[in-house]
Amino acid sequence: MTDSIEQIRREALDALREVTGGGALTGWRSQYLGRRGAVNKLFGAIGGLPPEERAAFGQRVNALQGELSRAFEERETLIQSQLMARDLEEGEIDISLPAYPRRQGGLHPSTRTHREFQRIWADMGFQVYQSRDVEEDEFNFSLLNLPPHHPARDMQDTFYTTDPRVLLRTHTSPGQIRAMRELGAGGSRPIRVILPGMCYRQEQVTARSEIQFTQVEGLAIGRNIRMSDLKGTIAEFAKRMYSPGAKVRYRASYFPFTEPSMEVDVECFLCDGEGCRVCKYTGWLEIAGSGMVHPDVLRNGGYDPSQWSGFAFGMGPERITMLKHGIQDIRYFWANDLRFLRQF
Amino acid sequence: MLVPISWLRDFVDIDVPVELLAERLTVAGLEVAHLKYIGLPQQSVPGVRMPTSDHLVWDREKLLLARIAEVKAHPNADRLVLAMVDYGGEELEQCVTGASNLFGYKDKGALDPPIWSAFAREGAEVWDGQSDKPKRMTLKGRELRGIYNKSMVCSEKELGISDEHEGVIVMEHEGRYVAGTPLADVLGDVLLDIEFTPNLARCFSMIGVAREVAAILDAEMKYPSYDFVAEGAPIEGQVNIDIREPALNPRFTLTLLRDTAVKESPFWLRHRLKLIGQRPRNNVVDVTNYLTFELGQPMHAFDYDKLVERAGGLPTIITRLPQPGEQLETLDDALRDLGAETILVADTAGALSLGGVIGGGETEISAATRNVLLEAAAWNNISIRKTIREQRVHTEASARFSRGVHPSQAILGCQRGIELMRQLGGGVIASGVLDVYPQAPETVTVALPIERVSRLLGMDVRVEQAAAVLRRLEFDVAVDGDIIRATAPDHRLDISADPVVGQHDLLEEIARIIGYDEIPESIMADEMPPQRENIAVLLEERIRDALVGQGLNEVINYRFTSRESEALLVPTGLASSLPQADYVEIANPAASERNVLRHTLMINMLETAVNNARFQKTQQVFELGKVYLGTGDLLPEEPLHLGILLTGLRSQPWWGGGTADEMDFFDLKGVLESLLHALHIDDFSLERGRHSSLHPGCSADLLLAGERIGSIGELHPEVAARFKLTEAKLLCGEIEVEPLITHHRRLHTIEALPSTPAVLEDIALVVNANTPASEVEAVIRQAGGRLLKDVLLFDVYTGDQIPPGKKSLAYALTYQDESKTLTDKNAARIRKKIIGAARHRLKAELRSQ
Repeated sequence: MTDSIEQIRREALDALREVTGGGALTGWRSQYLGRRGAVNKLFGAIGGLPPEERAAFGQRVNALQGELSRAFEERETLIQSQLMARDLEEGEIDISLPAYPRRQGGLHPSTRTHREFQRIWADMGFQVYQSRDVEEDEFNFSLLNLPPHHPARDMQDTFYTTDPRVLLRTHTSPGQIRAMRELGAGGSRPIRVILPGMCYRQEQVTARSEIQFTQVEGLAIGRNIRMSDLKGTIAEFAKRMYSPGAKVRYRASYFPFTEPSMEVDVECFLCDGEGCRVCKYTGWLEIAGSGMVHPDVLRNGGYDPSQWSGFAFGMGPERITMLKHGIQDIRYFWANDLRFLRQF
Repeated sequence: MLVPISWLRDFVDIDVPVELLAERLTVAGLEVAHLKYIGLPQQSVPGVRMPTSDHLVWDREKLLLARIAEVKAHPNADRLVLAMVDYGGEELEQCVTGASNLFGYKDKGALDPPIWSAFAREGAEVWDGQSDKPKRMTLKGRELRGIYNKSMVCSEKELGISDEHEGVIVMEHEGRYVAGTPLADVLGDVLLDIEFTPNLARCFSMIGVAREVAAILDAEMKYPSYDFVAEGAPIEGQVNIDIREPALNPRFTLTLLRDTAVKESPFWLRHRLKLIGQRPRNNVVDVTNYLTFELGQPMHAFDYDKLVERAGGLPTIITRLPQPGEQLETLDDALRDLGAETILVADTAGALSLGGVIGGGETEISAATRNVLLEAAAWNNISIRKTIREQRVHTEASARFSRGVHPSQAILGCQRGIELMRQLGGGVIASGVLDVYPQAPETVTVALPIERVSRLLGMDVRVEQAAAVLRRLEFDVAVDGDIIRATAPDHRLDISADPVVGQHDLLEEIARIIGYDEIPESIMADEMPPQRENIAVLLEERIRDALVGQGLNEVINYRFTSRESEALLVPTGLASSLPQADYVEIANPAASERNVLRHTLMINMLETAVNNARFQKTQQVFELGKVYLGTGDLLPEEPLHLGILLTGLRSQPWWGGGTADEMDFFDLKGVLESLLHALHIDDFSLERGRHSSLHPGCSADLLLAGERIGSIGELHPEVAARFKLTEAKLLCGEIEVEPLITHHRRLHTIEALPSTPAVLEDIALVVNANTPASEVEAVIRQAGGRLLKDVLLFDVYTGDQIPPGKKSLAYALTYQDESKTLTDKNAARIRKKIIGAARHRLKAELRSQ
């Protein structure tokens, strides 16, 4: 019987070395370690032995069972790692193949810039006030200190409707009057709003000019709004919009609805002010027209200009978008060519 | 306006580089668009950046002022002469030249007085006068028809002054000239190209700019002399003035010069006019133009004898409105019909000129003119603007009068003009100026408390500092404690008599002359208005994000269209579903196909789709924008609409497979439902569509709380054919946004996640083919009750395995009870209820598996 133990041991270990796959491994286990396997048969044979041999035989069979079990586990681990290695090797793909084309949507570039504006101005306490596109001549011009035949009316080529009292707003500024009248409670409350929106001018459509364009106007009215506040507020905007170190230049200018008026330039962010084609080698980019709200405009909004003051500014999101993305042609904006839009 | 720095220096000493001056003018509100250099080098000033100029810089050693002592014939050539030039050297230099304007001096011996010109020595760099394109060349010695030549007398083109190359520069003899002076010191110049905003009417001249320069640099203003030598008879009695519309013509002045000679102006005058882009004509007309630019007071010169002839004696200048049907032939050879509001200068025989705009041909100065009547007048700027618009004529005079010229300037123009004419052409000036001034503008004095300056600017300004600034701008200033009382100078019309507006006018002057850079940057300390979200804006942005998240691109179209274009959206014979509103019609449209504002987003979206179809098979876009609906009120309604357009493939072709199906109605329905889900709107339903532009069988109307707010669907085939959008199904929809804003839920509660297992099962119901799926689902949900958590349609079948006229709808059902684990028995009970209800209410049969 002792010989049979040794024979089974050798036979089993030899067979195990030949096993390479999962199925064969399971077969080996049931053949030797299973309920009806060779080891169990040896245990079964114990009863037929003389009593004095039983203990020693039993110990040896136990040892065999332990050895074969360990051998099985080793083999199983080895085979599993071999299989894993093979699976990994076989699972290799050509990662250079084109990706699955997931569809990307996108906001219009103009909307993106408007959002940036709105976020920055909201942080500074300016809320959005939406005004109308089709306006009365009175709101677009007269109430903004541009009476009929005022020279500054020449600065803006206006789309009139067939009713001469009505036009397409040439700027967002008529919204100033509407905001003051709506939010000012008869000239008794402070206001801080921005007025974004589409504006219209009767111009030749070229790479530089369009018949419709968006503007963002800002308006702050209070009992003690100072020109230094205007400078500080716009400088803060420039820092948030362009860069924390953005340098700003202020130039005297003229708008009928502000006085004093000023143009605001920011140091060209494309050349860091060194001078490039975009800034026409001046180092400056014009970003806003602004000024202290004209006393007549305050009056037209319901405020007493000897008690109240305010500032206003206007900016052109398309121009800023063009500068930021190197867009050479303003006509791209409303042509909606998907090849353009998908680049945002 | 071009402003030569040499001309400015007549009136103010400038001790800073012109580049710095340009920067300081620009920040003070006179925008210098660019600098044009003539001969002088561009200087670099710290902090000022300018484009690099590629002009010719005149070598101070080699380009010199020279005296032409004599002009001799060239021995071997008729078309060349020899100019004997004194350039300050040891001996005269002989220059071979073909300059035609020297031929007249040939063989006249030593010229007395001599003439002066620009001389280039050997090695000097000049522009090639023969080249069409700008080309530099360096002078080298060579033989010209047998005579060695190493230098030259220059044309304006060769020096970069102008394009003139007909002859060389010829300047009359002047005592101050010294041969050999670097040419840069004589003709070197820098031109400032200044753009004036409408408020700067007073600056629209050399003196106007010089005043600003003087104020900015705190320098003294040097005015020209307005004295004139009058040795003739008094002007009274030689001409009369009759102003009939003092509001339109507040002042009219005349001077008279007899026995003068009309001829070419001297070099200095012609040169200055040419520098600023004006064509010299003759010494009389040139003086009127010169003063227009020097003083900003446009002038007009009449041939006095023609006026006498027309009047048959003593002429009377009348300013009046036209008579009905009156016409005038102006200097530009146009015969003009005169509108009722055009102010005229006339005499007893008829109209002479359009006042302040352009003269008439009949009385203009000619070579034969001996006696010159010089006019300087003041005109109402709005009246001039009307004339410009009506007559479509733009002159240097109208450009100034339409902005506003103070009447005080008229008499200065007459005085200086007539004296200049006398100096240039000789003659005798009548004594006195005939001056009719019925309507002087009021003198404006503004009281400005210094506290207001400091408060509005946000910086401390001392009363003396503010007063000094205003004095630099020629205000008459009295300081009364802390109050400044400033009287506007008589060249300004822009200071308001309204006390508060006048204060702002002064504030601007103080701020810009002190410099905007001096004002600090501060944070608003004022009361903050209440901060409230703008719900409409938030919702718009959420709509955009939801659609972008679904893979759509946002478009923004023109808001213009035409009635005809929108009519293309309505199939023949159908009643239009587009808004029944008036159009906002543009009186001066950019193009006839853009002459109204849109009623619908659809038209421009389709046009965009057509344009994109050339490059894109698949398009998924949306637009959020206004439409404009006339209501009969003065202003239209401007509701915000959402437009969605899909066409092409549901998924992109890919090497890894997958189906490349075309998008259909259900893709658009999916976009819409996902959007409504994102807005937490569930009180909506879809009904069979009724929109005339959509396929009646493949479209739906969206109802929100029972209100119809939009339609989606496949574009009507007839409309699709009109736009040639027939390659693939085109799905589009348009929805009013306002109801979405009203109905969206700002807050919504969530359902707790269940802790009990769900029971899943499928059932297939065979129903009549025309029973809407939504109805079947509704019956299932109702019968399933609280424990039926989810109903998912996963198959729709028609075909051999079920009877004709029927369809099979297969649903995956989820049962769940949050409070306990459902048994098979519980599930069977629900299933039985569902099947019973379907049988009873839908005549449905359970499809055998």
